[in-house]
Amino acid sequence: MKYVDGFRDPDAARFLRRRIEAAAGRLAQAGRTVRLMEVCGTHTMAIARHGLRHFLPGNVSLCSGPGCPVCVTDAGYIDAALELARRGVTVATFGDLVRVPGSAGTLAEARAQGARVVVCYSPAEALALAREPDAAEVVFLAVGFETTVAPLAALLRSAVAAGATRFSMLAALKTVPRALAALAEDPEVGVNGFLCPAHVSAVIGAVAYEPLVERYRIPCTIAGFEPLDILFGLVDLLEQLADGRACVVNQYARVVRREGNRRAQAAIAEMFEPVDAAWRGLGVIPGSGLAIRERFGAFDAERRHGVAVRSGRPAPGCRCGDVLKGKILPHACPMFGGACTPEHPVGPCMVSSEGSCAAHYKYAR
Amino acid sequence: MCLAVPMKIVSVGSDGTGVAEVSGARHEVRLELVEDAAVGDYVIVHAGYAIEKLDRAEAEERLALFAEMARRERDGSG
Amino acid sequence: MAEGKILLAHGGGGRLSRELVERHVGPRFAGGPLDGFPDAARIAVGGASIVFTTDSFVVSPRRFPGGDIGCLAVHGTVNDIAVSGGRPRWISLALICEEGLALAELDDVLDSVARAAARCDVRVATGDTKVVARGQCDGLYVNTAGVGEALPGFDMGAAKLRPGDVILASGDLGDHGMAVMAARVGMNVEGRLASDTGPVHRLVLALDELAPAVHFMRDPTRGGAAAVLHEMLGGRDDIGIVLRERDLPFSEGARAVAELIGADLLHVASEGRVLLVCAPEAAPVVLERWRALPEGTGARAVGEVTRDRGRVVLETAVGGRRLVDLPQGELLPRIC
Repeated sequence: MKYVDGFRDPDAARFLRRRIEAAAGRLAQAGRTVRLMEVCGTHTMAIARHGLRHFLPGNVSLCSGPGCPVCVTDAGYIDAALELARRGVTVATFGDLVRVPGSAGTLAEARAQGARVVVCYSPAEALALAREPDAAEVVFLAVGFETTVAPLAALLRSAVAAGATRFSMLAALKTVPRALAALAEDPEVGVNGFLCPAHVSAVIGAVAYEPLVERYRIPCTIAGFEPLDILFGLVDLLEQLADGRACVVNQYARVVRREGNRRAQAAIAEMFEPVDAAWRGLGVIPGSGLAIRERFGAFDAERRHGVAVRSGRPAPGCRCGDVLKGKILPHACPMFGGACTPEHPVGPCMVSSEGSCAAHYKYAR
Repeated sequence: MCLAVPMKIVSVGSDGTGVAEVSGARHEVRLELVEDAAVGDYVIVHAGYAIEKLDRAEAEERLALFAEMARRERDGSG
Repeated sequence: MAEGKILLAHGGGGRLSRELVERHVGPRFAGGPLDGFPDAARIAVGGASIVFTTDSFVVSPRRFPGGDIGCLAVHGTVNDIAVSGGRPRWISLALICEEGLALAELDDVLDSVARAAARCDVRVATGDTKVVARGQCDGLYVNTAGVGEALPGFDMGAAKLRPGDVILASGDLGDHGMAVMAARVGMNVEGRLASDTGPVHRLVLALDELAPAVHFMRDPTRGGAAAVLHEMLGGRDDIGIVLRERDLPFSEGARAVAELIGADLLHVASEGRVLLVCAPEAAPVVLERWRALPEGTGARAVGEVTRDRGRVVLETAVGGRRLVDLPQGELLPRIC
């Protein structure tokens, strides 16, 4: 695949490694250790899969923030989904959520006990299921950041237009910029630069990070998922830091426009409205969630089925919250690799294919 | 979940659906989130929906930049 | 973890599958050929040394680009015998049919079995047919067992690996799993990707007098190459494996489907390939003999055994390093 190979050339990677070392060297001379944070599950996985941490000198650390939408979903959400499954509703979901532990059990376990849990590659499959003759009630587990919110908005529009009667969504949708601000505010996190998500940015635009940079003077660089994209993004962040600059840099201009995808933004605004949201590990961040607008309440599973998403109990000793804040690296959690493994996960960071702990366990133990 | 590889639109329906392909593998995609999606365009697809078009010129430029870096590394001119 | 229930992940070919066998099956049948759970058993019957194996096939969909459940069932058993150092001779064929299965489809499957058996130089010696009520199985499940002569000179196992040994793959990895997934999700991959299901016994027979230099052999089915590489280490903490990503043979079609569904091709099943570990001086000869066969034209060296603490490390194409872990979960259910 020519496109992909051109973004994985090892000689170009070596070139970028030198630039990383040069910028890190300048920082070292000024006595500085810096912490960079990526906030996108796909970046987490790409960095792990290509072994890119190997390129970073000692005074540069790269941690994963709350970039995995499944990982930041409260345990109570799974509990609500399990309640729906218990009532005989067909629960349709992306694969990742199936093994996330709620307060007591997972959807996979419920399925083994006979509950109807269906994995979809696209939410459109869930709507199609609900529209089959003799279909049971279908609830789609709507979890994601803006990249996923946009398709869900389009899907919800289709469901409304089609007058679908047995379809609703249990929404735990979140928006990224406010979470970044919360992280920037938190002295315990100590982040010096953000590697910004590629496809969330395609929807919200580079402009969405400008208030963050203005307020906190933290460089924000948007990078694609290919290894060279990521390395170049790290180069830019380190050079900004070494130069004492703080700007939004869009290095994924082939997909991300400054103003983002206006059509997608309009669809989102039409179907959803901002609400406060609870992020596992970060607590409640005002205005960082999206709920289905009241006039489409028939498609909101909480209203339709009378289930409430309450705060769930994370497992005792689970430190997913601290991992998600970037406070600790996965192997610093006492349960990592012992009580908590991908086969027997305690918390969502180990379950989700995009979770920090899963990535670490798979690729970097 | 989040597809990173751009897919090429090979057909467009009247109802916002289309078919896109990458390396010969074809899949149905929904196009209503992208303006003026046309056959031959490359799009980023997430959860079965195209969420943005790939700007070919920018992509070529970026590939050329990386190719240049590779060349300089091999020539030793760093 | 749901205590007391089989989860889909138990069939994935990764850690949970291993756990299931180690914790539930193993303890009841210890102290015999089942120890270590080889793909096939080398046993003695009336003075003759034979290789004996069995496999069940629940692939969905039953027909996929490049094959069907029938030929898959033959190749799977033939290959398990072959990679355990045997010449496959006879197989059994057991069918479990769901009420309502079309007879025409059953005939097609049986024709496919017959053709595959001929290709593999084996004959169907015995079999069984059962029918269950509608809804009690999904269409058709097939089980095959097989016996063959143990070939001389093979003495393989994790204990035989030495630092410096070379790891060879007979061709592109992961085509089968990706072809089945493509068919399952309705992706049209005509002409670009097909299952690699096929016999590997000629690749093994070609090793001939080199057998003593072969330290390990497996066909990378469920769990993919990653599962086999971990089996190669056999829990030892004094050796490791290094793979070079740029040397890994993956077809363009498989790569495309893998990118699309987020699969790691090292975890994806092949059904007509061999992964082999041999002493370094034997490697060039093995490659030459394999490449002379149609089923081995894509053969190449993919890595080597190192001194390490039981890790499988991948040098990534871009110049990084990371671990190759055992696959987990139900990413690709009912691939074989």
